[in-house]
Amino acid sequence: MALAVDVKRRRRTEALWGYAFLTPQLIGLIAFMVGPLVFAIVLSFSSWDGLGSRTFVGLQNFIGVWQNAQLRQSWLNTAWFTALQVPGLLITGFFFAFFIQKAGRLTPFYRIFFFAPQVTSTVAVGAIWLWLLNPDISPINSLLKSLGLPNPPDWLQNPRTAIPAIVVVSIWQGLGYMIVMFVAGLQNISPTLMEAADIDGASEWQKLRRITVPLLSPTILFLSITSIIGSFQVFDYIYFFFDTTAPANAHTIVYDIVNFAFRQFKFGFAAAIAVYLFLILLALTGLQFLAQKKWVHYTE
Amino acid sequence: MTSSSSEIAARDLEAARRKNASHGLRGGRFKPSWIPLHLLLVAGSLAMFVPFLWMLFSALKPLDEIFAQPPKLLPKLWQPQNFVTAWQGADFARAYFNSVYIAGLVTVLTLITCSMAAYAFARIRFPGRKVIFGIFLATLMVPFQLTVIPLYVIMGQLRWIDTHLALIVPPALFNAFGVFLLRQYVRGIPLELEEAASIDGAGRVRIFTTIILPLLRTPLVALGIFVFLGQWNSFFSPLIFLNSDRNFTIPLVVNQFKGAYSSDWTSLMAATTMAALPMLLIFIIAQRQIVQGIALSGSKT
Repeated sequence: MALAVDVKRRRRTEALWGYAFLTPQLIGLIAFMVGPLVFAIVLSFSSWDGLGSRTFVGLQNFIGVWQNAQLRQSWLNTAWFTALQVPGLLITGFFFAFFIQKAGRLTPFYRIFFFAPQVTSTVAVGAIWLWLLNPDISPINSLLKSLGLPNPPDWLQNPRTAIPAIVVVSIWQGLGYMIVMFVAGLQNISPTLMEAADIDGASEWQKLRRITVPLLSPTILFLSITSIIGSFQVFDYIYFFFDTTAPANAHTIVYDIVNFAFRQFKFGFAAAIAVYLFLILLALTGLQFLAQKKWVHYTE
Repeated sequence: MTSSSSEIAARDLEAARRKNASHGLRGGRFKPSWIPLHLLLVAGSLAMFVPFLWMLFSALKPLDEIFAQPPKLLPKLWQPQNFVTAWQGADFARAYFNSVYIAGLVTVLTLITCSMAAYAFARIRFPGRKVIFGIFLATLMVPFQLTVIPLYVIMGQLRWIDTHLALIVPPALFNAFGVFLLRQYVRGIPLELEEAASIDGAGRVRIFTTIILPLLRTPLVALGIFVFLGQWNSFFSPLIFLNSDRNFTIPLVVNQFKGAYSSDWTSLMAATTMAALPMLLIFIIAQRQIVQGIALSGSKT
């Protein structure tokens, strides 16, 4: 019997050590994640300005989100941003990764240039592009004029070009990460597969389609999931370019969440928008996991 | 010789790099197919680099040269005084200090708390281990915008609004991604190492500090780079939680500068250069570690 008690006691000390090591992150999990998450969901069913009393309003916030014309526009803007940015990032990232890893000893040299915007803050990148896109002083517009386009647009103020222009800025900044991840994936592809394909007389295009892309598909899925999540949360550029006066066609959903929460102090309403954002991200990620069976190829 | 998975991963990376290097430039012999390849890569590199040059040289121009048509990259008259104007226009010295110490402190604390939790999840048996770990993973899906409103209220209750505590404590005490990343590596450390130490009388704390932590070097460096960069460049949280100038970090100062000097483009570019340059220099010096760190952090999720 003494042995059983001993084992029990040892298990209990073991468990106590487990909780001890976990304590700092467990406090964080409860205080800064689970607690706020529950509170946010409660808030989304409430009306509250942060000071007075909180009142339960049922689904009013959730219905209100769809009755707000600006928010309807903002969802569209955000979706449009994602639809342009994510494929743009993945395709240009793959394109340059494919060639950069062929550069041999010069790969790290080229990588410096492509990765430099990645270590620069979005605010500094924003300031550089605020300049490059300003019609009065833009070297880009000047170049376009010299190429025979008489009236290049005021990129950020023109409702049709605002989102595409911000997409270009974000691709310029995000490209380096894509290249690094794709190069890592490409280096995992065994050269013997390529040599076998060469012996069989496969063309470069066939090798790309039949070997490279299938073997890279887990990397593509990972980057696609994380990029879509990031892209739906775009905020920094918008706020830096426009401060609080973004034109209706340049609002994104997070820009509006910040606006409703921290300028108008409609905490409940802003929380409801954030709940929708969460649900949309969950759905998009879930769909990609479901669709992966059709195209993602795992070697193990 | 025993080796951890992290060492193996690092060695594989190194081998792949070497193999690739010899693959591309076969003994340095020239191949005509390199010409289009390098033309393309040089063009791409220029597209990435010219905006930075534009920033730097614009910061050195007198204001009237900005409006020259067509725009010129190099200044006719060099005017480094713009940097003095920018330096005096906002409290850059304090902002540098704030950014360095916030990012540094968050990084160190994150590495400590995450490696502790990773060790618990990977090696210690306790009731609820699987469930709690599942919760950690599930939170990776929650967008920050959903929790930031309650967090703002909590920070208000704690009287942490407009203090750096609001920027340091939450990320240092909770980083599910870091816990997950490090747990993967702890699981790769051979159990025999711990058992041997345990027979020699080492307790959990000794094992953690003398065996586990040293073997986690590679992923800790990777996670550290990832966290530091994210904190250094962070704009959203400081914007929400800070109000007074003296607490501002570098991104907030640049944002404020843009508002105050909206037509003084040359000073704005000088301020932007001062904001971007330290990280760019560090990156050029330590580019391989930084790139591998980022790749490692990404590939394990």
